[in-house]
Amino acid sequence: MKYKVKESSKKLPDRRTFIQTLGSSCVLLLVPKFLFARENKKGAAWTYSNGYAPSEHYYGMGIDISKCIGCGRCANACKLENDVPREPFFFRTWVERYRIFEDGEVAIDSPNGAADGFKPGSAPEKNLVRNFFVPKICNQCDKPPCVQVCPVGATFKTPDGVVLVDSQYCIGCRYCIQACPYGARYLHPEKRVADKCTFCYHRIVKEKLPACVEVCPTQARIFGELEKKASPLVRFMRMNKISVLKPSLNTEPKVYYANFDMEVR
Amino acid sequence: MKWKRIPQQLQRLIILAAIFAVLFLIVRSFLIPVDFGKYGHYRASAVEEIIAQGMHYAGQEACYDCHEDVFETKRGGFHQNVSCEVCHGPAFTHAETTDTAELEAPTGRGYCPVCHEYLPSRPTGFPQIVSASHNPMKPCITCHEPHDPEPPQAPAECTACHAEIARTKSLSHHVYVPCMRCHETPEEHKINPRKVLPGKPKTREFCGGCHAQDAPADKGIPRIDMASHNVRYVCWQCHYPHLPEAR
Ligand code: SF4
Ligand code: SF4
Repeated sequence: MKYKVKESSKKLPDRRTFIQTLGSSCVLLLVPKFLFARENKKGAAWTYSNGYAPSEHYYGMGIDISKCIGCGRCANACKLENDVPREPFFFRTWVERYRIFEDGEVAIDSPNGAADGFKPGSAPEKNLVRNFFVPKICNQCDKPPCVQVCPVGATFKTPDGVVLVDSQYCIGCRYCIQACPYGARYLHPEKRVADKCTFCYHRIVKEKLPACVEVCPTQARIFGELEKKASPLVRFMRMNKISVLKPSLNTEPKVYYANFDMEVR
Repeated sequence: MKWKRIPQQLQRLIILAAIFAVLFLIVRSFLIPVDFGKYGHYRASAVEEIIAQGMHYAGQEACYDCHEDVFETKRGGFHQNVSCEVCHGPAFTHAETTDTAELEAPTGRGYCPVCHEYLPSRPTGFPQIVSASHNPMKPCITCHEPHDPEPPQAPAECTACHAEIARTKSLSHHVYVPCMRCHETPEEHKINPRKVLPGKPKTREFCGGCHAQDAPADKGIPRIDMASHNVRYVCWQCHYPHLPEAR
């Protein structure tokens, strides 16, 4: 049997059509790039009513576990600053105590999110191998799953990288609370909307520190710019070995921990 | 005309679908705020609402304007970096208005232990006390000036700061070995604990002083053969000297 090579090759476009098609597909491929460029430009021109331009900033937080004394001043100040309900289970930031015993058992507790500090308590029967405090907060993920799942567009990332909740627009469906792998969100019992840490957005746009950073007596928390070389946070990240929570989830947290322990979850 | 050739029942469906589509677009344009999608998939004016939230904490720069003297006292001291509002509470109203709303100034024994009560989880070297036995009848400020606290006397005993280690050691066979026998400690360490660190034994022979086969020590002390027992390590790399019980 003979293959009809000639016939099939006839169907191929001639050189001119080929080059034309190639050219136009290259142009088409670039279209999304231009679309996104327009998006970015839209954000770049944005200034808030107080003259603050979000596109000139990019924020993150550093937490040095070896400096935290578990005084809970951060959790307490956060509740005062942001009108977070005083009773347990509602936190924008909280502190966990990790106790790792000789037999490998790990005890984690956080009485009232540490807003009243930790009580000495009775000595454990087992010997402690390692023990320390871990302050927790919304990680202001660069790829926030909470934003992806919101059905109405009530939670979003600002050009300066802070994830916010629009409390007028939130329908209280709790999807984002489920989606956050860090348990950083809660449903506000009075407003019936999702709430979480905003890096004290109302403060940082006025060049003030977040309340928890302001009151931390040991400078265990460092707030600053990620994309400016002369920033306390960038220095912190240069001087320490840095870890983030649950890196495998690809959420790209912007809360960076120093002196991290394997047991921290 | 092609429209005529479409079956009648389909024609009606198409008209209905068109009406619904138009209605949907009209309702949508009313329901979606004008600034939704201006900068992204959200309402741009939400940001203005969020930053309009009132502040409670003024930030310590605000305190500086009137209370420079206190900053002078704090400068260089142990509490230099402890922001005023940690102890005095949120001060935004106090700083903004001339009406000097009184701020709290904790004077009792309740507040300082929030940071300084002994907790094993606190980092080693952070000054801690057991408040139940530390002058229980006196308010902290009778001895310690909170704006420039200094231990009234340098701690005489290591246990003042290293209570966790002391507690562990008290359960071990090394209970009678004083800290300074193994840790050479410069006097300066008591004042600048993190800058000037105590030493650790550097050689195997140091432990061998008691634990070698031929050491001139009590017979009950466990002995090892220094020549064959894990020669490449210093003893404390495997044995925790504060609780050395080999298990
Ligand atoms: S930590 Fe949770 S709430 Fe914060 S941005 Fe990430 S997913 Fe969202
Ligand atoms: S205020 Fe600072 S030291 Fe105190 S618990 Fe919070 S992070 Fe830790």
